[in-house]
Amino acid sequence: MRKQDTAEWNSADMMNVAAARELRDGDVCLVGVGPPNLAANLARRTHAPNCRLVYESGAIDAKPRRLPLSIGDDDLAATATAVVSVPEMFNYWVGAGRIDVGFLGAAQIDRFGNINTTVIGEHSDPKTRLPGAGGAPEIAAAAGRVIVIVKQSPRTFVEQVDFVTSVGYGPSGRERQAPGAGPTLVITDHGVLEPDPQTNELTLTRLHPGVTVEQAREATGWPLKVADSIKSVEPPSEVELTALHRLRNREAVDA
Amino acid sequence: MPSPVPLSEAIAAHVHDGDTVALEGFTHLIPFAAAHEIARQGRRHLTLVRMTPDLVYDQLIGLGVADELVFSYGGNPGVGSLHRLRDAVEKHWPHRLVVHEHSHAGLANAYVAGAARLPFAVLRGYRGTDLEEQRDIISRVTCPFTGEELAAVKAVNPDVTVIHAQLADRDGNVMLWGITGVQREAVLAAERAIVTVEEVVDEFPEHTGAVILPNWVLSAVSVVPGGAWPSYAAGYSVRDNDFYQQWDAISRDRTAFLQWAKDNGLPAAQEEVTAHA
Repeated sequence: MRKQDTAEWNSADMMNVAAARELRDGDVCLVGVGPPNLAANLARRTHAPNCRLVYESGAIDAKPRRLPLSIGDDDLAATATAVVSVPEMFNYWVGAGRIDVGFLGAAQIDRFGNINTTVIGEHSDPKTRLPGAGGAPEIAAAAGRVIVIVKQSPRTFVEQVDFVTSVGYGPSGRERQAPGAGPTLVITDHGVLEPDPQTNELTLTRLHPGVTVEQAREATGWPLKVADSIKSVEPPSEVELTALHRLRNREAVDA
Repeated sequence: MPSPVPLSEAIAAHVHDGDTVALEGFTHLIPFAAAHEIARQGRRHLTLVRMTPDLVYDQLIGLGVADELVFSYGGNPGVGSLHRLRDAVEKHWPHRLVVHEHSHAGLANAYVAGAARLPFAVLRGYRGTDLEEQRDIISRVTCPFTGEELAAVKAVNPDVTVIHAQLADRDGNVMLWGITGVQREAVLAAERAIVTVEEVVDEFPEHTGAVILPNWVLSAVSVVPGGAWPSYAAGYSVRDNDFYQQWDAISRDRTAFLQWAKDNGLPAAQEEVTAHA
């Protein structure tokens, strides 16, 4: 075992809970499929009931009663304050800077938060074809802040990404030219990384319960920078775990 | 004026070998039945355009219908990879697939420019990404008023766009609602447009946020109830999430995929499984 899992929760739960805690009540949050969907809906069911969920399919202020299985679920449109077209979503809402928090995943991420979700290998003849960009490049550029949720491993945390799909802080950490603040948090199954205030290099600042600095280093494909005073993340609470399990089981919010 | 025609006639008349074809519908209202009819009629060498290829293009790509793909996100939503798309790109099965890829914002705007019959669209995006290296579809332009450098995307103008909608009226006007995605733009960007609908009504109901497409921008309307399955039509059906799950196993394996094609009467370019490249 690389790290400690308890009977009550595992490292994936911890990652989702840690991500949910970063949303503030009232944040306008752009939600994609997978962990971000879980984290944002968890936040709404715990400490941030007024967190506004925006789905790139066009649903604004969606209040899903069950965890949506795709970003185009009927429940999203049915419970949204407004449903807009995809061009409107990207031009008037995402591009115009109306999103406070964007969540992104990554197949590869480098030390300056640049993300690859396109290909492993050459673009014209890839070894592995990944899904591609989706909404990520513009979310990375225009959201007020970006939270990356990704499991940490040397295959994912790499010296150099094979393809830059979404820009973090640029090749040397100083090239970012975008309205948003960029990836202010990278939440993994090991802990939390934040960009160094001077260099923008991702720095391990928090560890999940039971994880050591050494384990985090081993899960990183570059010499990982570690903060002088590293904090411990609180384990998931009873309330958070209950809400998380009910979401995963797709129980209705008022069931 | 398009009065309802059988889907087979609509596809035969308007979708030709070598065409650039967009089948749109963002998770909702994906025109699966029309896609299967295109495959059934044995179309080849298509350039397929779609923001989210989804299962519908995974199927067409596996059947060997497409030579090129223009897209922005190629996954099975909430499940994983599109294995036929991956096999075509990575292993050239059933043949090589050339990809041109955008972000969602880029491709949505390329349709917007196409609908407006403008040569390109402007957005604040792509800067610093490797997507910019596809200079034939993504470039930069300087704002003549502020000097700001912005991204430019080449307009997309399909030969034919196909969508699924909830309703047509007796005159062949079309109405869709719920998540309406990029369908209005995709239809107006195209030379020809085919719409499959759940049903024909005497008069459209009131629906907040509905998109209505006048009959004179459409080439053909066909009545195909359930034509969006396994995606859905709000008010008529729900998304068949189980099929999206099952597709993962069907599509992962060439033999299982070809069996699926055979079972559904869809001719595959490559009838036999060939050894991995």
